[in-house]
Amino acid sequence: MIEIENLKKTFGAVKAVDGVSLRAEDGQITGLLGPNGAGKTTTLRMLYTLMKPEAGHIRVDGIDITKDPDGVRRRLGVLPDARGLYKRLTARENIEYFGRLQGLDEARLKSRTDALIKSLDLSDIASRRTEGFSNGQRVKTAIARALVHDPRNVILDEPTNGLDVMATRTLREFMRGLRAEGRCVLFSSHIMQEVAALCDRIIVIAKGRVVAAGTADELRAQTGEPNLEDAFVKVIGSEEGLSL
Amino acid sequence: MSPWQIVFLKEVRENLRDRRTMISTFVYGTLMGPVLFAGLISLVISVQLERAEKPLELPVVGAEHAPNLIAWLKGRGVQIEEAPADAEKAIRTRNEDVILRIPAEYATQWRAGRAATLELIVDRSQQKAEQAVGRAERLIAEYGGTTATQRLVVRGISPEVIQPVLIADVDQSTPQSRGGLLLSMLPYLLILTVFAGGSYLAVDATAGERERQSLEPLLINPVGRGQIMSGKLLATAAFALAALTLSLIAFALTFPFLPVEKLSIAIAMGPLQCAQMFLIVAPLALVGAGLLTSVAAFAKSFREAQTYITLLIILPAIPSMLMAVNPVKPADWMYGVPLISHQLLIEQTVRGETLVPWQLATSIGVTLLVGIIIAMIAARLYHREHLAISA
Repeated sequence: MIEIENLKKTFGAVKAVDGVSLRAEDGQITGLLGPNGAGKTTTLRMLYTLMKPEAGHIRVDGIDITKDPDGVRRRLGVLPDARGLYKRLTARENIEYFGRLQGLDEARLKSRTDALIKSLDLSDIASRRTEGFSNGQRVKTAIARALVHDPRNVILDEPTNGLDVMATRTLREFMRGLRAEGRCVLFSSHIMQEVAALCDRIIVIAKGRVVAAGTADELRAQTGEPNLEDAFVKVIGSEEGLSL
Repeated sequence: MSPWQIVFLKEVRENLRDRRTMISTFVYGTLMGPVLFAGLISLVISVQLERAEKPLELPVVGAEHAPNLIAWLKGRGVQIEEAPADAEKAIRTRNEDVILRIPAEYATQWRAGRAATLELIVDRSQQKAEQAVGRAERLIAEYGGTTATQRLVVRGISPEVIQPVLIADVDQSTPQSRGGLLLSMLPYLLILTVFAGGSYLAVDATAGERERQSLEPLLINPVGRGQIMSGKLLATAAFALAALTLSLIAFALTFPFLPVEKLSIAIAMGPLQCAQMFLIVAPLALVGAGLLTSVAAFAKSFREAQTYITLLIILPAIPSMLMAVNPVKPADWMYGVPLISHQLLIEQTVRGETLVPWQLATSIGVTLLVGIIIAMIAARLYHREHLAISA
């Protein structure tokens, strides 16, 4: 479970994140929807301890990120916006490297790597160097790498960015699988349909603030718009930076 | 395994698979020193030998005015040649190094016992001609001196009257120390090898990793950034040491084939000296790796890092160059200053001198200490928030 309270971060004069609060529950997919530049990535970067918040609190499974950042990192599996692989290592070696840094012993490392290679359908390419992988193959390898330590909480920053239709479908299925396993899945997107199709709860961010939050039905009720897309546009205040 | 070991092993494995790192470290890094060194030494030797051994060819204008001088010069092995019609032009166009012109009034002046004027037509800006000009000048001065002595003796005066001071040149250099002079560039080549050997890996492992967008995911692992930095820094140092080892082996193997004996100097560069030089230079690998990692972490991009590192590699050359141009007397404090201490200790090694233990120990100790301080600076740079953010 992820709890964020009144999170703030400024870059120079720009208030990138200006008082964001949200909850992401176990066994649910929570979507962070907002136009490009709304503060989604910065919020997530503070959550996965890459950046320090100026104000506010973040707890993962009840652990404060400032008190035990390493404990938090062990409970998080993160696919960040930057998802580069080591192109001179094979897919399996990429996954194993992060597994070792997560402190897995060799037996568990092997079983987890094998399981992820199987569930992400990477068997054909697991022993190939990642140089020359397609976008979809790269993202799948990056996800396997992020989840090798079997984290309860999964954060995906725009996971379907740049993927073709087939890869996007596979990824959505995989996320539903994570939810079925009872994990807390938090992902960001600027694609309305994707959020609407996948999420149990939706948090809409614009200009560094949470402008709406709830289930799809609640959002429709709040805005008085029967159509979810119209509801999003209404709470954000413009269509700029969103995709259908 | 500690996190730094995991990072270290991954960096080594990944870079052993990278052709560019391998070429940069093991071809460029290893062979640059010995090849440059062998090339320069051979050039210096062949030029010096050629100039010293060849008889001086001296074109003369108006040889008929001073038959005695010409005969004397021939007696000293000079090849007297017919001068070209336009002597000045021949010098300007560099067709000749030096031309002697004997004016028509030479004979009159000589017989009258007055100073007889000879003209040496030269171009002082011509480095190539220096050797020939110098030899011509010395020979003519010697002829003048001999004549003066004869004239004094004829008049019953001791030649010492015109030689109130006599310089006796008592050369204290040994063949080894003269060789060491030629070898003053060796320390720089070895230090450069240590810096250059790890440079590609250092840039690749920090600036390159950020550019390829893999640094952010790496830093999300529950591992201290100091540990990650240490693994990368030590991998850089390991590659630098590998380059140094191979370079010294190449030095030891190629050295017997260099024609140094033609200069009648002795340079000590056997396996023992190479092992000693490894011991002297190895601690610098830590300093180099720390500096390279700091620069790579500080730079905003891969290209920026490469630019800084090109400049950084020149840094260790400064003491070497200063000391080659302006040799100083070794003082005790110098052994506590990295780079200067390396210069001194390597020169002592190749001159065949026995190293003083405290001097070697001071150099190693201070260099390691400086290396640790620089590594701590690199760790601080790694803790900066925007290190991982590539956008």
